[in-house]
Amino acid sequence: MAYKYRIEVTDVTLRDGMHAVRHQFSVEDARAIASALDSTGVALIEAAHGDGLGGSSVQYGFSKETEADYLQAVCGAVQNAKVVALLLPGIGTVEDLKRAVEYGIRGVRVATHSTEADISAQHIEEGRKLGLDVVGFLMMSHMTDVERLVEEAKKMASYGAHAVYIVDSAGAMLMDEVRRKVSALRNALPDDVQVGFHAHNNLGVSVANSIAAVEEGAYRIDASLGGLGAGAGNTPLEVFVAASEKYGIDTGVSLYPAMDAAEDVVRPRMHRPIITDRTALTLGYAGVYSSFLLHAQRAAEQFSVDVRDVLVELGNRRVVGGQEDMIVDVAYEIAHRQE
Amino acid sequence: MTKLAAAIVGSGNIGTDLMVKLQRSEWIEPRWMIGIDPESDGLRRAKNAGLEISAEGLAAMLKAGVRPDIVFDATSAKAHVRHAKLLREAGIQAVDLTPAARGPYVIAAVNLQEHLESPNVNMVTCGGQATVPIVYAVSRVVGVSYAEIVATIASKSAGPGTRANIDEFTETTSRAIETIGKARRGKAIIILNPAEPPILMRDTIYCLMDDASEETRQKVLASIREMVSHVQTYVPGYRLNREPIFRDNLVSVSIEVEGLGDYLPVYAGNLDIMTAAAVKFAEEYAKHRATVNQ
Repeated sequence: MAYKYRIEVTDVTLRDGMHAVRHQFSVEDARAIASALDSTGVALIEAAHGDGLGGSSVQYGFSKETEADYLQAVCGAVQNAKVVALLLPGIGTVEDLKRAVEYGIRGVRVATHSTEADISAQHIEEGRKLGLDVVGFLMMSHMTDVERLVEEAKKMASYGAHAVYIVDSAGAMLMDEVRRKVSALRNALPDDVQVGFHAHNNLGVSVANSIAAVEEGAYRIDASLGGLGAGAGNTPLEVFVAASEKYGIDTGVSLYPAMDAAEDVVRPRMHRPIITDRTALTLGYAGVYSSFLLHAQRAAEQFSVDVRDVLVELGNRRVVGGQEDMIVDVAYEIAHRQE
Repeated sequence: MTKLAAAIVGSGNIGTDLMVKLQRSEWIEPRWMIGIDPESDGLRRAKNAGLEISAEGLAAMLKAGVRPDIVFDATSAKAHVRHAKLLREAGIQAVDLTPAARGPYVIAAVNLQEHLESPNVNMVTCGGQATVPIVYAVSRVVGVSYAEIVATIASKSAGPGTRANIDEFTETTSRAIETIGKARRGKAIIILNPAEPPILMRDTIYCLMDDASEETRQKVLASIREMVSHVQTYVPGYRLNREPIFRDNLVSVSIEVEGLGDYLPVYAGNLDIMTAAAVKFAEEYAKHRATVNQ
């Protein structure tokens, strides 16, 4: 059949997926997954600690492997796709980026909260100087209105980003919101700046949201094998590819190899099934950063409180990505209020 | 006794807040404010407060023969490199509030007395002033193999300088955690939160201790409480959010910094702790000079 749309898929199993395995993928895991991914035809493979370069920490959890070993393993196992890394200014630095380039990455995705694009100027400009494919990543886009998102996206484009993403970090957006926000960026940005969309499946609509984004002009879509990612996971690559085939979207990804990679390579390595359980669902419902899932479960256990109360309170306080330290503080407060 | 005459270079948030604090000082008198934009709010306020103002820069002021006893630099790292040279040649004490770090780091609660003879001192970062004292409070009791701090500040309190060069914050703060906090390895993270109304500055400090016996934990707790009281003597709004939490060898401390609301509102505790630390250094320096001159 003739395709209506052509897009590029960025797989995030080896980065967002790290949240779901507490950043414990080994060099062997990384190699196996990267090599399976490469055979699917996916255009870009993102790899790093879940919180990006320099993310290994008490706050977010220590990685099993060093950044050097992990990234070199991924880059070494890939022949066709471009390997990229995530960088959150405030956590990772330009120095971290330069080292990652030595390990073999060819692109960087610079992520800020969706109202704070101006802290990414330094990193986006440096990424361009290093000859990388550079993406601006507007996290927690559900918290920010269309006008402000457009303003922030334009800043990232002006620093030199090749593409700017609407990022639904909390898996809190439904299709109409995705349409409004993606189309606003597409209309406002220059033609040579692509628009991207990154979903979480906390409300069960990651595939639908991603297809809606494509219809509104998104050229880059994120997905992961078996949906492995923070919260209820990301858009499952194999499901998105199958749905896209039926819908007339050319993803460049082969369906059976994607199914096999999800089933045979990634699913056996999962610590827990990627499902919309009550905790993950509460993330989407309350609009909370998906990576909080495992941290919140641990804190709720430690202080004997309901994890949903913790997440809803975090949502009320408009906590943003990276504020994992607030989880313990809120659980502590709830426990002391209950005493 | 006569107060030391001070000039403030930079009329942005930090410089203006500093001016308000210095006006209350018994040891320092703010006499000059030097900016680059004659229309800036800071210069207007300084003029109303009776300071001599100039939009011509530090070099012009020195050329005109003005000789302050002490100069606070709240411009940028790049500008401070030039200013540091001018001030050194003129024999004027410099307090550097930029990340330039031409002189030694001073964390007011920890190593103030060590650098009263240094002609140029650097005030690290707001996150450093807020968190390094806690790292030091732990490391003076037990070895700390690793310390990590997370500073969360209101978006509105982060000026364009901080935003354009956020790596300087993480790198400078990490170094101060090691050199002054005495952790063997340090890491710093900064997060901007745009919530309305703006949140107070919050800092979480994690220290991995070489020993976590009950006896050590009690000593660490006492040391942290003592340090918090000490910081409160010059930053009254500095407080523990909750009791420190111990888990295996890790202690996690959460603090909040409420500002005095001198220039920016109380949420900008990050601004306050920086300017209060600079004033604290300057006052100790003034006392020291008075003693030496006697």
